[in-house]
Amino acid sequence: MKKFNLIIGGIGGQGQILLSQILANSCILENYDVKTSETHGLSQRRGSVEVHLRFGKNIYSPLVKEGDADLIISLEKQEALRLAYYGAKNKTIFLINDFVIPIIGGKNFDDKYIKESLKKFSKNIIFVPATKICEEKLKNQILSGVFLISYASYKKLIPIKIENIKKSIKELVKPEFVELNLKAVELAKPADKRGYNTD
Amino acid sequence: MEKDIFKNKGEKAFLLGNEAIVRGALEKDVRFVTTYPGTPTSEIGNTFYKYKDKFDYYFEFSTNEKVAMEVAAGASLSGLRSLTAMKDFGLNVASDFLYPLVYTGVKGGMVIVVGDDPSCHSSAQSEDNTRFNILKAHIPALEPSNPQECKDFTKLAFDISEKFSIPVIIRGTTRVLHQSGIVILDKLEKVKQETKFEKDPKRFSTMNAVEKHKELLEKIEKIKNFVEKSKINFVKNKNNSKFGIITSSVLYQYVLEILEELKLKIPVLKLSFFYPLPENLIKKFIKNLKEVLVLEELDPILEKEVKRIAKDVNPKLKVYGKDLINEVGEIRPEDILIALSKILKIKLDFDYEKHRKEYEKIKIKRTPMFCPNCPYHFVFSTIKRVLPDFIFGGEIGCYMLGYYPPYNMQDYLYCMGSSVGVAHGINKSSKEKVISFVGDSSFFHAAIPEIINAVYNKSNVLIIILDNMTTAMTGHQPHPGIDGIKIEDILRGIGVKNLKIIDPIDVKEFEKTLIDFSKKDGVSVIIARHPCVFIKK
Repeated sequence: MKKFNLIIGGIGGQGQILLSQILANSCILENYDVKTSETHGLSQRRGSVEVHLRFGKNIYSPLVKEGDADLIISLEKQEALRLAYYGAKNKTIFLINDFVIPIIGGKNFDDKYIKESLKKFSKNIIFVPATKICEEKLKNQILSGVFLISYASYKKLIPIKIENIKKSIKELVKPEFVELNLKAVELAKPADKRGYNTD
Repeated sequence: MEKDIFKNKGEKAFLLGNEAIVRGALEKDVRFVTTYPGTPTSEIGNTFYKYKDKFDYYFEFSTNEKVAMEVAAGASLSGLRSLTAMKDFGLNVASDFLYPLVYTGVKGGMVIVVGDDPSCHSSAQSEDNTRFNILKAHIPALEPSNPQECKDFTKLAFDISEKFSIPVIIRGTTRVLHQSGIVILDKLEKVKQETKFEKDPKRFSTMNAVEKHKELLEKIEKIKNFVEKSKINFVKNKNNSKFGIITSSVLYQYVLEILEELKLKIPVLKLSFFYPLPENLIKKFIKNLKEVLVLEELDPILEKEVKRIAKDVNPKLKVYGKDLINEVGEIRPEDILIALSKILKIKLDFDYEKHRKEYEKIKIKRTPMFCPNCPYHFVFSTIKRVLPDFIFGGEIGCYMLGYYPPYNMQDYLYCMGSSVGVAHGINKSSKEKVISFVGDSSFFHAAIPEIINAVYNKSNVLIIILDNMTTAMTGHQPHPGIDGIKIEDILRGIGVKNLKIIDPIDVKEFEKTLIDFSKKDGVSVIIARHPCVFIKK
């Protein structure tokens, strides 16, 4: 397999780091070499956070190059614009949570602008209302991240088996939250039949 | 993953660079650990703190980095293996102690971990480069490139420290310390460590500093021999190519990735020691080259060294460096790819110029802000409403986010323990009154001397101490104010007459106090005390 380059972006507090750990652990279970890189600190205070995850036979760089992402998961809709740096028209898939956290004291962007702008960086942009689904079905918005990585696995947007994601959740999530997280995984399962794909 | 530090010898652990450093120190049976939190090294202290009852070491969060280094040195002089960790600015604070410490040397192995933050991902202040402190101090320094090396180099640093009786720096950057990867573990050694401070004033007092300076340089010569033989500086892809690359730290990993992608076998000299440099190895590497690319983040220090060495062995050598790659901001893998394509005249598959043009059209700008329900919202919004026309002095902590909209209330901002000092200078010269913000952890870190100075020299300043009862920004570490040393007692002790403790959420009371105190002469202090939303009460 060629090396797989994943970016998970969003706002500080959306759980990117745990998601990257769940996926990294899944990669190890699949016998891949894997590296991640993350930003902490200042940005955690509701600023933009991006996590890089690369896996394959031998991984050296922990950073995804400009225009070199295979998959970009954006946990917030407007943040997908920032992550376009890693997108390339002929390579990148965007999986975007159809959920907005408003930008305070700056310009906000509507759906039309986001879709138009991203077209230059991807031919395959998928919007899924993950936060809405998790809020409705599980009364918990933060599970949208686990929902989205599971969606990516079910839809084969990422070559990681769903069993390994479940196994990693059991290993890494606090025991009292494991069941809830597994429910979020299950919730992503029928996604392909329900047609969340809006593009 | 933090729990992986407990895995057994030979097992694969998935560790953050910082966690790998912790594991490396544990494999060397470290007995004494101190720190003042600072990102990108915060997880080192946090991990040691969390597991202090599971291993046989003493741990403390010290009041600042200088104190942390002094305390760790004391343990080392008494025979214990010690480690202290700080970010780049922390080393600046500690440097007054560091330089003489390198003169006297140590007994038990002592490792100082320093984290630089090119691109300032989690910093304001300056885009600092610890390499200058290293050169000034003449302290041996290792630069790991991935988590495996973070662990292994920490162990080696203890060995070097004990072999040559000298503290050793591990210099990481955000991309090394906040990089996670697979690490193969060794066993947790058990080493007998006698604790006794044996008097030896000739050695540990620096009254003979000039003599010690000479001794240190002699010691460094011996360490150079060691470094020349060390296998952690090496040439990858040895061949007869006339072009080579010299690099270190995480850039080495980027270079490997890019050479693999381009299917090129260019020789790469990987330098794991930054100080002292293996000069003979560099000589050998550049002797038969026509061109060399030196890749390093921030200032061109290696580049200048290579140019100097080339004068002797290969004066015609063309040395590329900062002419092709950025000196400001972290270097990313694509930057190296572009630099290489220029030297080797390779046409790249990807049109970076076009891509960047398209990307620049997107104007998203999101700045970090206080968490929902953060007590600092109440502090800044109330002051903005009641006393909008003052000069606002800031410093380092969550409250620096008051710089951003909607508040825009940090008219100057430098480092911890500076807002009151600058305020006093402004007041004495322009008679303007400054509202000076100080955090609770910053108060203990460095603000006390400047407040004493302001009181002693009869300043007229209003100080707001934002006491959220934790060191919030770096991940909620404790500080002395939480465990019995009261900020108000210290302020009363140094003669602050106008002093009031309020809860900023009680907006009416806070407003009243602000108006009242703003009219008073002298040094006035309002302690705005309300716990951070992440603190369990």
